[in-house]
Amino acid sequence: MMFGYYLDLALRSLRRNKVLTTLMVLALALGIGACITTLTVLKLLSGDPIPQKSAQLFYPQLDPYPANQPFSRSGKRLPFLMSYVDAMNLIHAHKAERQAAMAMSQVKLMPPSGEGKPFYAQGVLATADFFPMFDAPFQYGSGWTAADDDSRAQVVVIAGYLNDKLFGGANSVGKMIRIEDHDFRIIGVLRAWAPQPRFYALHLGGRSYGKGDAVFLPLQGARADGLMPSAMMGYGKSIDVDHLESAEAIWLGLWVQLPNAAAVSTYRSFLGNYAREQVSLGRFRKSHTALSGLMEWMRSEHVVPEDVRLQAGLAFGFLLICVVNTVGLLLAKCLRRSREIGVRRALGASRGAIFAQFMVEAAIVGLAGGVLGLCFAELGLLGIRHQPAQYASLAHLDLSMFLFTFVVALAASLVAGLLPAWRACVVAPAPQLKDA
Amino acid sequence: MQILPIFAALRRHKLVMWLLILEIALTCAIVCNSMFLIAQNLQRMHMPSGIAEHELVQIQMAYIGTRPDSGARTQADLAALRQIPGVTQVALVDKLPFGSGNNSNIKLKPDQPQPSMNAGLYFGENLLPTFGVKLIAGRSFAPEEFVTLDQALQGINDNSPNDLPHVAIVTQAMAQRLWPVQNALGKTFYIGKDIPLRVVGVLARLTRPNTLQAGPAFSFVVPISENLSDGGGSYVVRSKPQDRARVLRDAVAKLKAIDPNRVVLAHRTYDEARAAFFQADQSMAGTLVGVCVVLLVVTALGIGGLASFWVAQRRKQIGIRRAIGATRGDILRYFQTENFLIVSFGIAIGMLLAFVLNAVLMKFYELPHLPLYYLPIGALALWGLGQLAVLGPALRAAAVPPVVATRSV
Repeated sequence: MMFGYYLDLALRSLRRNKVLTTLMVLALALGIGACITTLTVLKLLSGDPIPQKSAQLFYPQLDPYPANQPFSRSGKRLPFLMSYVDAMNLIHAHKAERQAAMAMSQVKLMPPSGEGKPFYAQGVLATADFFPMFDAPFQYGSGWTAADDDSRAQVVVIAGYLNDKLFGGANSVGKMIRIEDHDFRIIGVLRAWAPQPRFYALHLGGRSYGKGDAVFLPLQGARADGLMPSAMMGYGKSIDVDHLESAEAIWLGLWVQLPNAAAVSTYRSFLGNYAREQVSLGRFRKSHTALSGLMEWMRSEHVVPEDVRLQAGLAFGFLLICVVNTVGLLLAKCLRRSREIGVRRALGASRGAIFAQFMVEAAIVGLAGGVLGLCFAELGLLGIRHQPAQYASLAHLDLSMFLFTFVVALAASLVAGLLPAWRACVVAPAPQLKDA
Repeated sequence: MQILPIFAALRRHKLVMWLLILEIALTCAIVCNSMFLIAQNLQRMHMPSGIAEHELVQIQMAYIGTRPDSGARTQADLAALRQIPGVTQVALVDKLPFGSGNNSNIKLKPDQPQPSMNAGLYFGENLLPTFGVKLIAGRSFAPEEFVTLDQALQGINDNSPNDLPHVAIVTQAMAQRLWPVQNALGKTFYIGKDIPLRVVGVLARLTRPNTLQAGPAFSFVVPISENLSDGGGSYVVRSKPQDRARVLRDAVAKLKAIDPNRVVLAHRTYDEARAAFFQADQSMAGTLVGVCVVLLVVTALGIGGLASFWVAQRRKQIGIRRAIGATRGDILRYFQTENFLIVSFGIAIGMLLAFVLNAVLMKFYELPHLPLYYLPIGALALWGLGQLAVLGPALRAAAVPPVVATRSV
């Protein structure tokens, strides 16, 4: 078995020059550690928040803005939220398999027993399809129905962690909870559910990462109690905040579930027809619309912070320098061993054998660099977890990144080993022997 | 010092030499751009706010809902805060520099299709003396010019100009932007639903709350008074810097004593608020500094490793040179000069790469051109680094005894 022999030769050679070997491994490990740290964050941030469903979720956009006050100066971007009138028109048309409008609101919660201090939590105001459309899992009870929406029911679905905090994890369905000084009846408790990033909160003013929103209220019922959305933009002269439902203001996000390409194209033409109809009614000035898939929407809205991309780019530049560094050091080692190579060649080793021997040596450096790089990556992620960013607590190395570390390490070391190994295998045996 | 023999020797080690040059060039490009990004971050973080930063504490109150007595409650809170020993000024304001809050589009004529500029809008009674901003022209607001926020919103909805503020105090930067050559005092600009505001005063500096990229010093103040029902407002309390910690403690205790059920969203000194706003910039700068240091260390180790390899390879030549009369200093200087030449070449290529990288970054980020003075700084750093890295191997080379020349030729 030649491989075993190469392994032995490589280990001997690496042991012979410990300082140089340590330098190579250390440099490679630093580069790999930096890359894996930043890639983990990048993957976390650009990941699919709802993998089983994301291909079916779409975000429609309309443009109710007047001609003399366009939403964007270039005219390329459509308003990223919807007015209440349009959202309700689209929902009541029932042209998609499921459809839900939503807004975020910072709400004051009063602990049920009356003891303890009131505290603030993130609330979602949504229509009934929110839970089935986003596959939100229930621990107890269920969501509300479209009939509850219409009757402005004073009901609430709470997050599992809130149930743990307020009711010690017991089934709290049927109990009352005080939100913004109004009583709501709990009809459902969610299991742990927190898509990362919280795609539905984009532009609505909620948090993008973290343990998830605390309470979910029927949109119309909560609005009847005066709960205000966190984000709103007016397209008239001003926003009549007392009558948001009829105001010239956008403050809702609308998501629709479309199961296949045919449904998407049908919905697209429905949306176009709706906009043209609104133009003919004089409500809209422009009939352009958009319908983006979830992942496309997150990309176009630049969900991943620029700093994170910059850091990832920086880490790859760093790895490149480390690889160049390793090439130089490996080359130095190999040139120094010209005599040894000459002897091996003279004794009958083929060029391929010499090449393989040096590549094995490079691979060992790579593997060692990978193991050490993993340690550096864990340190780096520890550092990230202590940063102020919202996503900080989520930065952990998963199995795929763990394996990827070794792929990167091996690839980097083999690329670095190519040139020295080639130089080694073209060494002519005769002059080396003559000199000895 | 003869340079030609060095070139002759380098020609025999082209591959290793080019690898060194490449490594130095890449390091130079990345370090120059990182230093530039760090400098940009630091510049942002040290932006002046124009307010008495070290004398203020902020207590952010939760929205208490619409209540008929919210105005009276606010006045009671303010009176209680004013009684705390050491407190000089108190105000309830809607925003602070380096925080959150909306901005306003500014027009010079009503019905102008595109706004002339965008600026931060501040309001709150007693805001100017509490913030400690400097009025450089005109006057402060008169008490009768103030309207409540409720009144102003009602005024917008009902289209009744009597309920709206009529005057504003603008920053010098905003005044110069709107009226570059004229005196701003007495001029009128329009916000929102073409609400006219006449400029009665000009401030030296008041940095806007956010959206700093749209011009950090553009902001203005209008005479609107806040109360607790307006939501998200902060009590700002001014005292001597050394009294801040105690004043903050006393103030929170007093507010809790007045109404134990109220929610204080945040209480901190202004310095803390400012640090929180720039935390992301700070950690980015920290990351970049860390990367630069590690990068320079790795490059130095690479240079040192290759230099010691060369020294080992040339032991015999060094011995011969020593035997025919070269001093230790000659050998030392030989390796130092060789390193200087290689690093210089790497720097030359690295400078070009640095500008390419800068151009790429400018495409994706809001970033100015890399200033030229980064080049000599980067060059000096890399020359120094190269000399430091080569010193050990060069000293070892200088220690090679001439007798080596006589062995096993």
